[in-house]
Amino acid sequence: MLSRIAESLFWIGRYIERADNTARLLDVHLNVLLEDPWVDEPSANASLLTVMNVPCDGGASRAQVLETLAFDPQQLSSIAGALMAARENARRAREVISTEVWECLNTTRMDLRRWNGRTARPHEFFVWVRERAAVTRGLASATTSRDDVWNFLELGRSLERADMIARLLMTRSLEGTAGPDWTTLLRTCSAHEAYLRTVRALVTEERAAEFLLVDRHFPRSIAYNLSMAEQFLTNIEGEERSRTLAGRAQLALGRARTNLEYSPVREVLDDLASQMQSVQRACATASDLIRDRYFLPDATVVWSQEAL
Amino acid sequence: MTDAGTPWSGYAPAAAWDEAMDLDGEVREPYARVYEEIERMSRDDLRSRAEALASTYLAQGVTFDHAGEERPFPLDIVPRVVGADEWDIISPGVAQRVRTLEAFLADVYGSQRCVTDGVVPRRLIATSQYFYRAVAGVEPANGVRVHVSGIDLVRDQHGIWRVLEDNVRVPSGVSYVLSNRRAMSQMFPELFGAMGIRPVLEYSRRLRSALARSAPEGVHDPTIVVLTPGVYNSAYYEHSLLARTMGVELVEGRDLETVNGHVFMRTTAGRRRVDVIYRRVDDEFLDPVKFRPDSVLGAPGLIHAARLGNVTIANAIGNGVADDKLIYTYMPDLTRYYLGEEPVLPNVDTWRLEEDEAREEVLDRLDELVVKPVDGAGGKGVLIGTRASRDELAAARAQILADPRGWIAQPVVQLSTVPTLTESGLEPRHVDLRPFAINDGEEPWVLPGGLTRVALQRGQLIVNSSQGGGSKDTWVLGGVRQRPHGEPPVESRVELAGLASVPQSAHPEDVVAGQQQQQQQQQQHEVGGTSGGGAPC
Repeated sequence: MLSRIAESLFWIGRYIERADNTARLLDVHLNVLLEDPWVDEPSANASLLTVMNVPCDGGASRAQVLETLAFDPQQLSSIAGALMAARENARRAREVISTEVWECLNTTRMDLRRWNGRTARPHEFFVWVRERAAVTRGLASATTSRDDVWNFLELGRSLERADMIARLLMTRSLEGTAGPDWTTLLRTCSAHEAYLRTVRALVTEERAAEFLLVDRHFPRSIAYNLSMAEQFLTNIEGEERSRTLAGRAQLALGRARTNLEYSPVREVLDDLASQMQSVQRACATASDLIRDRYFLPDATVVWSQEAL
Repeated sequence: MTDAGTPWSGYAPAAAWDEAMDLDGEVREPYARVYEEIERMSRDDLRSRAEALASTYLAQGVTFDHAGEERPFPLDIVPRVVGADEWDIISPGVAQRVRTLEAFLADVYGSQRCVTDGVVPRRLIATSQYFYRAVAGVEPANGVRVHVSGIDLVRDQHGIWRVLEDNVRVPSGVSYVLSNRRAMSQMFPELFGAMGIRPVLEYSRRLRSALARSAPEGVHDPTIVVLTPGVYNSAYYEHSLLARTMGVELVEGRDLETVNGHVFMRTTAGRRRVDVIYRRVDDEFLDPVKFRPDSVLGAPGLIHAARLGNVTIANAIGNGVADDKLIYTYMPDLTRYYLGEEPVLPNVDTWRLEEDEAREEVLDRLDELVVKPVDGAGGKGVLIGTRASRDELAAARAQILADPRGWIAQPVVQLSTVPTLTESGLEPRHVDLRPFAINDGEEPWVLPGGLTRVALQRGQLIVNSSQGGGSKDTWVLGGVRQRPHGEPPVESRVELAGLASVPQSAHPEDVVAGQQQQQQQQQQHEVGGTSGGGAPC
């Protein structure tokens, strides 16, 4: 597959997942703001923006959070921006993705206009975003051959999901608020029922954290997504596994995963914020290495006029 | 049936040839069914179908870039119908034109026999800005230079089809033919069944096979790519549709690199050899080594690879010399010269302004004529004398005197009209037709239909989409379904006799009769028992 197309696919996967998880994260955040009686809203907002890597000094208002993380089409960290960017990438890779997926992304972008920052019930917007993301994923899953097109889409998706869940768990320790409890976090990750069935016990901090961090079967645990990303890298690499760069991407992901898997949960919990940051850093490193290995030409012949 | 309710009331063709109705208001034969169908609708019904059409296009992303903005490509709800008898003139006429153009190009970039025999003046070729010495002597693999062409046709006020323009560089618009057909067949399923419209879907297959056949010698399973300038090109939709329907890669210049006279594309699994490039990039941008050094749309070294015969570039470089509007005036002579045939489709009368007599005559009557730049495209620079202001006429006069080689003049052709849905109901609007021909080296194949472009403003004669034009689906009659004998051929019948059907299975608990009923009764019983006869919830 063309490197340029592969890059677009990788980012379609990431952007859709980003929109979905940002919607979940904002939804839970707004909920916490409502329910926590001792909340210090400006600093909670500011700290959320920091988690999402949006520069912000001092406090931030709720409208500001919604604008930068949900509705501003210019920012790639916002839901609207991610959905627009997914569609632009799909346009560039139009000939390799199916018509169904393309139309889904295209109509999603057009329907975005219906929503803006002044909507009274952002929750409805978040539900809509999650639904569109689910439709896109479902269509992609039903119409894509399991070749490199799928591998790159899913590689991007797994990587982004691991990264976003790490960010979501960081909201446990936001400044100025007690943060969401573990039941809420499980619900946000659509993990509550699965948790109850697997653990068969009431929600305790350690069990819940374990479930979201290292459960091997639940598709929204960090370790699960990291190992999926490793798997897709292996698929892409195929036979020729000697190249080192992809190996290094796998290394970064594998180290982050095993660190979670082989540390006592208590230890991770005591240091949750920085542990989650190291997961995010591993994802970023892997993403860069993937770019170097697959998306950039190894040696470019550049035509330069000056050489004449 | 002329009550105020039908969409047709008030439809009145004017001076130009109207393809649906003659001056007495009689519906012409090919349009009979379309007319009936629309007559059965109410105005609102027609309009709501048109809106549905626009929204499908938006959802599908069928757009073109106009001034940097993505817009849905306007498709009119009323189809244009071309009768089978008319198509029997157009199709061979276009094919003949393509054969002439091929012969002419082979000659120009070869021995230039037409010059030595005095058919075309040498000056004309030498001064053409699209004549590239860089490709002289390059012999294409299967002798084809015009793999894809779009021959623009118009119908004059007497209903005669004429060639208005040849496009043999990178003719665009075929994607709209394909997607128009898909959208219209959803809007008028009834008509499609009944009218026997010739299908257009095989275009991509034909194009792919023509490109495969043009591969360099010795390549058995050629890698074909479509080269696009990028997402921001106005025809990007078309490039991606063609790549998708042919099942080939869509590449940009930066995806290609040339090494030792071979062209490669950069893939996630390293370099992959490219054999045929269907390029949608203009000549000047293809190779910064040979042409514009500032171009980033092509790949350095492409021409060298093509000269070595390691890659086929389709359409060939330098084709522009043949669709120059001055060469156009020589086309009828060239048809006789190369093919020994009379042209099937006549030209529109044209004055060559570099000839003194013609120039004098034209300058006298400038206000009745159309003046066009010889190398223009997209309706740019066209001056219609009857509509021009005094200043515009003076400016045109000065331009012609300064550069007579650069201009031609034609009488104002009253393009034929076709009913079109406008703000105020159905009205006649001017149209042209661009049939597409694919040459695979054997015989040019003409896509039945082609792109009908329609000028959406009343009286407007320029139909280009860059000038606010729309399009129509073009239906060529005479497909299989109209064959008089109703018997389907034996091989099309599906043999099902003697085959037992395989049962569809289901979850066994859902199949057991009465199970559900029993459970419901049980439940009712329980509810009744515990709550002492209260209403079940």
